Amino acid sequence: MTTDVSERLGDPKTPNQRFIAPKGSSRSVPRTLSSLAASLPLIALFAILAILLVQSYPAVKFNGFDFLRGSQWRPGNFYLKPIVTNGVLHPAQASYGAWPLIFGTLVSSLIALFFALPLSIGAALIVAKKLSPQLRSTLGLFLELLAGIPSVLFGLWGTVTLGPILSRDIYPLISKHAPDVFFFRFFRGSTGAGEGLLTSAIILAVMIIPIIASTTRDLFAQVPKLAEEGAAALGLTDWEVTRRVTFPWVSSGIIGATVLGLARALGETMAVAMVSGSVLGALPSNVYATFTTIAATIVSQLDSSLTDATGLASSTLAEAALILMLVTLLTNIGARMLVKRVSTTALPVGRGV
Amino acid sequence: MKPSNELSIRSRHVKSRRTASNLIFGLGFLALALIIAPSIWIVTQIAIKALPHFSLSVLTTPGVGLGGGLENEIVGTLLISLGVGLLAGTVGVLSGIYLSQFAQGPSAGVLRGASEVLAGIPSIVIGYVGYVSLVVGFHWGFSLGAGLITLSVMVVPYIAKTTEVSLRQVPTGYIEGAEALGIRPGRILTRISIKSALPGIATGLIVALAISIGETAPLLYTAGYSQNLPHLALTHSPVGYLTYAVWTFYNQPTKSAQQLSFDAALILVVMILGLIGTSRLIVARSQRHAETAR
Repeated sequence: MTTDVSERLGDPKTPNQRFIAPKGSSRSVPRTLSSLAASLPLIALFAILAILLVQSYPAVKFNGFDFLRGSQWRPGNFYLKPIVTNGVLHPAQASYGAWPLIFGTLVSSLIALFFALPLSIGAALIVAKKLSPQLRSTLGLFLELLAGIPSVLFGLWGTVTLGPILSRDIYPLISKHAPDVFFFRFFRGSTGAGEGLLTSAIILAVMIIPIIASTTRDLFAQVPKLAEEGAAALGLTDWEVTRRVTFPWVSSGIIGATVLGLARALGETMAVAMVSGSVLGALPSNVYATFTTIAATIVSQLDSSLTDATGLASSTLAEAALILMLVTLLTNIGARMLVKRVSTTALPVGRGV
Repeated sequence: MKPSNELSIRSRHVKSRRTASNLIFGLGFLALALIIAPSIWIVTQIAIKALPHFSLSVLTTPGVGLGGGLENEIVGTLLISLGVGLLAGTVGVLSGIYLSQFAQGPSAGVLRGASEVLAGIPSIVIGYVGYVSLVVGFHWGFSLGAGLITLSVMVVPYIAKTTEVSLRQVPTGYIEGAEALGIRPGRILTRISIKSALPGIATGLIVALAISIGETAPLLYTAGYSQNLPHLALTHSPVGYLTYAVWTFYNQPTKSAQQLSFDAALILVVMILGLIGTSRLIVARSQRHAETAR
């Protein structure tokens, strides 16, 4: 029924068709100059990929497939004579495994999404449906502020204020009452000092909420009033109108916004580096334990990797960066394909003030 | 079944549906409160920690070891955001013009897609590549130039997108009217399209400025850090910036260093609030203009 309504009212998109310059100006200076500028992102993209591939090549050869499974992070002994393995010069006893980083990246982002998604949709619903335009614009200010706050400030807030409060007042309660069964087992045990997986996930959630919430709010505003009012006139309650008319209309857009938020969480660096505890070489034992992500490892290890004269440590970080980039690219492209299949509404770019 | 009975069942049904609806919207209000709280909490926490000991001399003295002021970082942040505004602004606006006015067919889709994909790459990855290629590969050392280019790669997609979107939203009537008057296409672009898209383009630039003020990860290994006031040299001269002060000083043992961290945080918040205020003013003005024009 709802699809009928949406078909009849047409797709809400593209304000007007673009103006195409007449043929005479096809080789004009502005056109050449601007086409050059427009191709720069494509060039930058290929350059980034090429540099990462070249840089990570020694590490890929040395670490092999075990890089994805292993969980040790040993730069090796720089005082011994470097050895050659698989044609790669490396410090003696060097051995790298990225599984804890990959695990930390994925799990912290997914937990963040678990918190951020319902909150964002709920809040966007209220802002779009229950508030006056005046109030809506005032509340939008807070979303803009949240989107604009630099990530180091989230990190500062997390380590200085939020983490200690959570580990003192909230985590012990959860830890004490969590049952000792399969899933909830990870909520038991030592709650640490506030730096760790759950705190990082909460901070990440706060950071991606503006992306998901502001996009969802704008999507709700685009739903034609006629369809919603028609449903309300049939006697549907506010929630039923939302569930049967509003949500189907915007669902693909919400999926897109969610995945963009996920991509942001996967790549977030500074806040996680400050709140995660940055523990290398081990998986977190429960949700409160310290851990690390790919991005946090790159930022915290690049400095010390330069002391490895063979360059393997830096090359390994390039391999980690390559994995991170591929994961976020797949997430982004997947979202776009998913959304394109459902509708043609363009995805908004990343975040915004 | 008696009609009255049926009626009461139905009214009870309606009531429970209403209750469910109210319950869910109640939860929505809770979610809204939970979303608004952190932004207020973060800002007040920074203000509480920074303001009691804040002295204006912080703005005018450069850093010395773990003490001193933040002048070098403030100048560095302003310099970096100004540079990114110029560099990424030029490239981004030109790119937006191309995508909205000239690009056709599959190549337009490829360029647009590349720009969107670039916006999705984590900033630390771009920072690492900037370090490997510009700082080490080109032997620029930690420098303003390396920082500017790295940050620009990050923000060009945002500027290009907002420029493209706002150029497309220029009313067709404006352009057709100008064409009917026999104005050349190039002049239509500069005098009519860009002029009426200006508020949108400006908002995109403000987003780019906010990102370049607030980013840390892409700058750590490209711009480096220095406690000297930045020179205008593009290479071989590291630059300090405010986010670096927050990131290094907060867990230092001395009180003065921690104080500097919160001072830097406060200045960052003030800058971001200023940018948000400016963008709101621009949007409000352009809306008022659009309403009076109609």
